[in-house]
Amino acid sequence: MDAVREQVLVRLHRDDNIACLPCSVGEGSLVRFEEESWKLDSSRGPGFKIAIRAISKGEKILKFGVSIGSATVDIGAGEVVHLHNLKSDYIATYTLEEGAKYGN
Amino acid sequence: METEISAYLRSDGRKGIRNHLLVVYLVECAKHVADEISRQYRERGVQLVGFSGCFPNEYSKKMLRELCTHPNVGGVLMVSLGCEGFDRGFLKSAIEKSGRPVELFGIQSTGGTRKTIEAGCRWVENTLSIMDDVERVTMTTEELVVGTICGGSDGTSGITANPAIGHSFDRLVKEGASVIFEETGELIGCEQILAERATHPELGGALVACVEKAARYYDTLGHGSFAPGNADGGLTTIEEKSMGAYAKSGGSQISGILKPGDRPQKGGLYLLDVVPDGEVRFGFPNINDNAEIAELIACGSHMILFATGRGSVVGSVISPVIKVCGNSETYRHMKDDMDINAGRILDGDDNLEEVGEEIFAKVISVAQGEQTASESLGHQEFVLTYKSFTPLGPSCFPR
Repeated sequence: MDAVREQVLVRLHRDDNIACLPCSVGEGSLVRFEEESWKLDSSRGPGFKIAIRAISKGEKILKFGVSIGSATVDIGAGEVVHLHNLKSDYIATYTLEEGAKYGN
Repeated sequence: METEISAYLRSDGRKGIRNHLLVVYLVECAKHVADEISRQYRERGVQLVGFSGCFPNEYSKKMLRELCTHPNVGGVLMVSLGCEGFDRGFLKSAIEKSGRPVELFGIQSTGGTRKTIEAGCRWVENTLSIMDDVERVTMTTEELVVGTICGGSDGTSGITANPAIGHSFDRLVKEGASVIFEETGELIGCEQILAERATHPELGGALVACVEKAARYYDTLGHGSFAPGNADGGLTTIEEKSMGAYAKSGGSQISGILKPGDRPQKGGLYLLDVVPDGEVRFGFPNINDNAEIAELIACGSHMILFATGRGSVVGSVISPVIKVCGNSETYRHMKDDMDINAGRILDGDDNLEEVGEEIFAKVISVAQGEQTASESLGHQEFVLTYKSFTPLGPSCFPR
């Protein structure tokens, strides 16, 4: 993880309003897409989605050029897009509230 | 690249890339005895499969018939308790007809646990020496059947490992091989683009019907094919996971549909319809990844390409599983369990085509006998549950 270097986001399709992290990125690190860069508000792993433009509540989130669900709140450019602001248009996503910590 | 494969020729003419002897329990009550026999010969390729249920079921019968007469299998020892509902006569005669050595021991008729283990071990010992002499013949890439699945998926699986597998699938189809993808519950939202790839319009309609059936099934159960770990890895919705899973199928035309235990009639790309027909019963279509792997193998898959981003460690009985890892972080962290690092695509070191070609080369070397990571670690997971299917309609076959 490199706190100084900007990580360049990967957009999968030209219509997409999100792009993906190429690797783990720490909180406060800079991520960039084309001319814009943003400070990440929390640490995230590779493949996580970042809004590359402002997205309104109810708008479709586009990845691979197709809808992967709807925004549940207004999302600002540079924000992480995940369970807190995106929901399926098909079947609700099941997650564990607080996973038990593993020993090492 | 040397592409010639030295295969095991079975009496029914099928060609295998492994030479396993299976010990099969016909009900959970016979599992311990079967396990005690098989584990003594683990180093010599003896493996354990079976069906836990005591109630009869056409699907599990067909599955065990296809697994016991799989090209990678050279002999079968069946272990029955004696009172279970499984149709042992049907399975034994199907294996006999295939020309493979087979024996059936009943624990009650043999005189209990110890006597059955002893008798079973004697039979296995003898049969292994016969199987050592099985004829070897040349096999071409065209004769290979390769299945694919993804498990422990994350936000990287769908953008690296899955499309790289898709590239290797396109290459295999060009070579004339048969390749199979599945997880119709993870194609929800992709049905129209699937239909456009069908070789004939009736098949397109059947592909849409498969996915619609899956959507109905999961909707009734109130739970999609989505695990908490998927979300931990950056996947948010089932349609997002679907698009990633869909990429494993590559870009070839779709030749036909299979149901578990159906073999591809000729080379090409097939969709395996894993969701039961009729009203919802017996619970979730596939309770875990190995239930799907067993079905791909029952369709004749010589090996399985398994994409993972979170880091699945499973392998399988009968057919080797090749792990394609979606990102370099998981790959480095769990290196012993991985065969290919598709994370190089995200790192910018290689492109999809290069990793796809590496997967293709790995398919050939594994067919030539190279052990996969999960094989060398001894993974031999196996799951078989209750399901019900109606036979394929005419629109599902290749033309």
